[in-house]
Order: sequence, then structure tokens, then C-alpha cells
Amino acid sequence: MTQATATHAPLATSRSATGIPTGRLAIWWVLASEIVIFGGLLVSYIMLRVHNAHWTAEASHTNTWAGAFNTIVLLTSSLSAVLGHQAAEKGDGQGAARYLWMTVGGGAVFLLVKAYEYTSEISHGFTLFRDVFWSYYYVATGLHGLHVIIGMIILSIVAVDAAKGRNLHRVELIGIYWHFVDVVWIFLFPLFYLAK
Amino acid sequence: MNASPETVHETHPAHPDYIKIYLILIGLFIVSMLGPLFGVPALTVVLAFGIGVCKAGLVVAYFMHLNVEKRYIWFILITMLVFMVVLYAGVAPDVMKQGGHNWQHVVTEKGPPAVANH
Repeated sequence: MTQATATHAPLATSRSATGIPTGRLAIWWVLASEIVIFGGLLVSYIMLRVHNAHWTAEASHTNTWAGAFNTIVLLTSSLSAVLGHQAAEKGDGQGAARYLWMTVGGGAVFLLVKAYEYTSEISHGFTLFRDVFWSYYYVATGLHGLHVIIGMIILSIVAVDAAKGRNLHRVELIGIYWHFVDVVWIFLFPLFYLAK
Repeated sequence: MNASPETVHETHPAHPDYIKIYLILIGLFIVSMLGPLFGVPALTVVLAFGIGVCKAGLVVAYFMHLNVEKRYIWFILITMLVFMVVLYAGVAPDVMKQGGHNWQHVVTEKGPPAVANH
């Protein structure tokens, strides 16, 4: 690697066609595609729910308290993510990394609670193919859980970098993604846990 | 258009009090949990979704900083939301309109089709 390339700033921070940093623009485009994925799933669920009165009975078997606890966990992890962003903007890489690890911890707690829920539901016979309601439940919460796992992996990578004071702009980018994961859960929770 | 790192990697003008926003979110969450206590399903749904929209709005506006983001991002997001409405408008007549003479709902009227024996 030449000296010139070694000191070259990443494109995500040095180029812009819209006045928005390329990295931030990219993450918003990712989220735009996610809106269509989750939006399509939830809109079709709502349409079918209206015509399937028995889904209310099926929904009564989801664990509202576990879902509520997970809502608080995700909201708290969003707070730590945005505080990490604030620290990164002050140039405090160590502080940003600390907040990002807290966010990763929040994701881990969320997944543990979800695993407990899945285990309990499956052991009681509420499996993926029991009813279309449960198919939606597992697909929507499973897809969301997959996003949590992906977010935790990227958060960890960014946290390791941030602790060394490198690529601090990425703290905001992964934060935006994580908040979106939180927003999706904000809609999943009433759909599958509260509307009974 | 290329811009220097200093101009592109800008910081947000002023960070709001995130702890305060977090506490508001928790407060809204607690209110949304009260809905089922009234035993009125419609009220539960309205409370849960109405407050859900408020909570999502707060997260998007302040945690994701959409309130200070450029319009370009708004256009992207609104376009995607319009796509959702188009999806709904395109599919809803078939899914939600169960009556009428021009279509048959084979599964709902006659039960699921028989599985062929091989």
C-alpha cells in the first residue's frame, strides 16, 4: 500500500453528490428497502387479521410481558446507541465504544428473551405451521431477530474500531440502523402482543 | 460534486436531551400497555397503534435525526411509504372483499383443496 492510499480518507466521508455523506446516504437507502420488506409483511398481516377473527384467540397465547420487557430493552439500547453517536461526535472513541457495547448487550438480552419465548411457544404446540397467524408471527419476529443479530455483529466491529479512535463516523451509521430495528419492533409489539 | 471531508462529515448542530426523549418513550410505552386493562379491543388497538406511531416518530425524528436531515432523505422514505400504500391498494380488493359475483374464494367456501394421493 502506498503512502497516498494509506492516508486517503474513506469515500463515505470524503465524497457527496447530495450534500449528505455517502455512508449516511447509503444507510438510508438500506432502510428504504427495509421499509418495503417489513411494510409489505405487516400490511399483508393486517389485511388478513381483519378477516380472521380466530387470530385474536391465537394471539392470546403470545407472552405480552416478555414482549413488553423486550420493548424496554430495545428502547434502552437505542438510547445507548445515540449516546454513542454523541460521544463519537465529541471525538471520544472510547466512550462511543462503551455505549456501543451496551447496545450489543441490549441486543443479546433481547435475543435471549425471544429464545425463551420461542421455546415456550413451540413446546406448547404453537409452531410455524399451526396456523397462518403463527406463520406470520415467526416470520416477522424471526426476520426482525435476524436484523438484531446482524446489527450486533456490525455494532461490535464498529465498537472495536471506535475504541481505537478509527472511523468514528460509522458510529452514527450503525446507530441509524439500530434505531430502525427498534422502530420495527415498536410496530411488531402491538400487532402480535397487544391486539388480543 | 465533491466536497471536502470537513464539509461532508458534518456534526449535528445540537444534540437534544436524549435521556428526556427516552423517558417520554418509556412513558408512552406504559400508556400503551394500559389499553388491554379497559377490556375494549378497539380502544386497545387505537392506543397501541396510536402510541406506537408517536413512539416511532420520536425515535425517527430525534434518535435518527430525521428532524435535521436533508429533504432528499424524506423523499426516499415517503416514496417507500407510498409503495406500501400501492401494495395495500392493489391487494386489498382481493383479500378484504369476500363477497361479489366475479370471484370465488375456493379455500374459504369449499375448504382447502384435497391433497392428491401419489
